[in-house]
Amino acid sequence: MRLQKNTSLALYSVIEFAIDPARRISAAEIADKYGVSSHHLAKVLSELARAGVVESVRGVGGGYRFSGNARRLTLMDIIQLFEDFDPRARERREPKELTAVDMALGAVLSEIDEIAKATFSSITLATMLRLIERQQSGATTAAVRQDGERTAVRPGIPRSRDRKSNGRRKLA
Amino acid sequence: MTGLEKRSYWRSVYRRYGDAEQAGRKFLVADAGGRVVGFVIGEVRDWEFGSQPCGWVFAIDVRPDIRRSGIGTRLLEAICASFRRAGVRKLRTMLARDNTLILSFFRSQGMMAGLFIPLEMDLET
Repeated sequence: MRLQKNTSLALYSVIEFAIDPARRISAAEIADKYGVSSHHLAKVLSELARAGVVESVRGVGGGYRFSGNARRLTLMDIIQLFEDFDPRARERREPKELTAVDMALGAVLSEIDEIAKATFSSITLATMLRLIERQQSGATTAAVRQDGERTAVRPGIPRSRDRKSNGRRKLA
Repeated sequence: MTGLEKRSYWRSVYRRYGDAEQAGRKFLVADAGGRVVGFVIGEVRDWEFGSQPCGWVFAIDVRPDIRRSGIGTRLLEAICASFRRAGVRKLRTMLARDNTLILSFFRSQGMMAGLFIPLEMDLET
């Protein structure tokens, strides 16, 4: 399963919002952090808002904040907003045009997709936040071990409080 | 989970695991005022394919009306503590990939995909 750029951007954005549900974050802030255009991100955020995952906040600067249930919302719920998993959408040929090789390869590829879907469906945002915390504490422990003293480590997804000191990330 | 009734299987599980702890078998229940509201069953397995012994959980459930109150977490913590005392350092389980509820529970406890991949095939009659 190869996720489109919009889907990755949606996942990163939702995690940013869920880390601090009370905080309003502007599209420009996330766009700047991940090196994408605000225009591009606006489409992703408006889709997330339409689905009720985030809500737009009016007022000076505007922006969005998290409005989903982190214990219920899974990564798959987010991914499904942006990806079409219907195999017919991928396959442009009629079933009668498919060879045995096409079908055998299709069976292997769909096996991989099914495992990916099960993984995404089983990970809630609350679980993701815990995984991030574990990564952060693991990275900190590793740095302490390496330096012999406490060292600030920048994780992949920083806590929103640290956002200013975090470098810009570029989504692949 | 499968919708198949396996009465004799579960009776034999109860006999083997429920009476008393033996040979690394664990059967823990959550008791709320004398009422059983959840259980977990597992055992220490030596395992195959060159793996170290592990704690294997093969059944866990909590009454639907009191889920999301931390009982499953406490049951799993209790059986993990028991596995640790038995000297194992790895917890494993296996379940259907469409069983999102229990998969999500294990994920929330920190479990990730392991090094083993389950395989199966239909046996021709």
